[in-house]
Amino acid sequence: MLFLQSVTLRLCTTFITLFGVALIVFFVIRVVPGNPIAMMLPPGATEADVARLTALYGLDKSIPQQFLIWLSGVMQGDFGNSITTKQPVLQLVLSRLPATLELSVMALCIAIVIGGTMALTGTRLRGSKTEAAIDIGNGMALSVPDFLWGLILILTFGVLMPVFHISGRVTPSLALPFSTNFYLTEAALRLRFDLWLDIAAHMFMPALALAIPLAAIIGQLLKQSLKETMHLDYVTLARTKGYSETHVILHEALPNAILPTLTLVGVQFTFLIGGTVIIERLFSYEGLGNMAIDAVINRDLPLIQGIVILFAVIFTGVNLLVDLTYAALNPRLRHA
Amino acid sequence: MSFLSIRNLSARLKGRSDQILRHVSLEVAAGEVRGLVGESGAGKSMIGKAILGTLPHSVEISGGEIILDGIDLLTLPSAKRRQLIGAKCALIPQDPLTALNPSRRIGPQITNRLVDILGWSRSDAEARARALLAEVQIQDTERVMRSYPHELSGGMRQRILIASAFAAEPKLIIADEPTTALDVTVQKQILKLIAALQARHGTALLFVTHDLGVVSKVCQSLSVLYAGLVLEDSTIPDFFHAPKHPYSRALLAATPKYTDPDGSLTPVPDAIIETTRAEVAAFDRSAHV
Repeated sequence: MLFLQSVTLRLCTTFITLFGVALIVFFVIRVVPGNPIAMMLPPGATEADVARLTALYGLDKSIPQQFLIWLSGVMQGDFGNSITTKQPVLQLVLSRLPATLELSVMALCIAIVIGGTMALTGTRLRGSKTEAAIDIGNGMALSVPDFLWGLILILTFGVLMPVFHISGRVTPSLALPFSTNFYLTEAALRLRFDLWLDIAAHMFMPALALAIPLAAIIGQLLKQSLKETMHLDYVTLARTKGYSETHVILHEALPNAILPTLTLVGVQFTFLIGGTVIIERLFSYEGLGNMAIDAVINRDLPLIQGIVILFAVIFTGVNLLVDLTYAALNPRLRHA
Repeated sequence: MSFLSIRNLSARLKGRSDQILRHVSLEVAAGEVRGLVGESGAGKSMIGKAILGTLPHSVEISGGEIILDGIDLLTLPSAKRRQLIGAKCALIPQDPLTALNPSRRIGPQITNRLVDILGWSRSDAEARARALLAEVQIQDTERVMRSYPHELSGGMRQRILIASAFAAEPKLIIADEPTTALDVTVQKQILKLIAALQARHGTALLFVTHDLGVVSKVCQSLSVLYAGLVLEDSTIPDFFHAPKHPYSRALLAATPKYTDPDGSLTPVPDAIIETTRAEVAAFDRSAHV
């Protein structure tokens, strides 16, 4: 019962958060300079043309009025139409969402694998030169932001040693039998491993660029809490039972040491999704982030609103998921 | 032949000359209960850790032998040594609140050694765990086995750790101040329990404590330690009637008397500390450590 209550409470606060985000974005993009109508009309359009088009998109009304109209549409699942493409915003945004989700999840997996390996190796070989090397690597990975890693990867593996694709989501000449935009997932489900490999090879570089800083954070924090846990009495007791150091790390220390890392990964994952905006641009990856930049350049107000709301939904959803996982992993919270 | 025999064991801080143990020698016969007494920092816990192979990374053994059942542990490769310790020794830790893994149920924490290290079947191990929990007077064994540590009291958890220590029928148990972290009212029950289980199973016990009252109740012999040096090695009757070393006498005199609860506490006199320190320094000069 308590569990249900806390979930309900979380959902309520989530809606308040989303409302706040919508409100702020709506007003800010209307207050900053730049006018979508001016972008659409050819040079030499008359005042009357501008006024007509402004009225057509409802931009002649006051901002609070526009907000109420937009909000009542959203309540019915209508996020308006894009000014540039004239298509419904919801449809546009949902068509790009799978690409960004696949990229973010792949980046998260890479970060967990690299970061986890670093932390476990560093803990197993603590005090050795390997641990020092891992620390130095982590520090370097952390001090360079994801878009710079993107540029470094493009130069290294795209230009100097062209191993991976550095542009797009899939080789354009390939015929795609997909019915959804979850290309990677669907290729795996349809057992089309040729396609899967092509898509994965396109995703790997941007995903790695997003993953490297997160991997460093995971590696550092997990190693820190593992090392602290390794001094605790129950770990010592397990050693006296005859268990090897590796077993002790994996079975006694890790389940407890992973909890603080998990919370952090949740927070950092939302930053990673934010990072997709620039990384997708860098790698010409057809995702939500790339669409967001185009929308801002064209002052496509409804589309910007739609994308921001969707990002906000993802952020709050991820945070909710982290809290639930935390409760599932920590027996002390389960009954509380 | 003693089951455990430590000969001239020396340990120091890594890369420094600070001695932690100074040519410690002591014997524990099969089924014997030996007390290991000394003030904090005397190195008594270090001896237990040296046997079990859980010394902190900053401490290294600089000489001597730890012979367990005829095998010198210090010459064994670490994997072999770990297995031997796991099969023949067990630890009753000091603090029951931190010695159980908070994210695992009690049952597996008792049975894991039996199943993983000694190759028992899971059902045999669980039956054994249930029997031992009953032996440490835990009523609701089924519920306890399914509980997480945070759901149980400190005294209950220490009972579980005792049961767990006896689970694999070890030949030697090292009890590292097993009652220090407990409530005074619980201390007595836990002591009785350890003594009863020790007698029933015939396990040798190395009882690390700073409490001479405890030693007089549980042990048959004791070693008195000061600054890593064994000052006295006696049987319990000898020690309490005629302690050989001046420091031992002062220690005995400093033990609070239950018959005189209002009497002031007698510390070990400074003069005795001085002469004992001088003895340690003289030992260092003669042993060139």
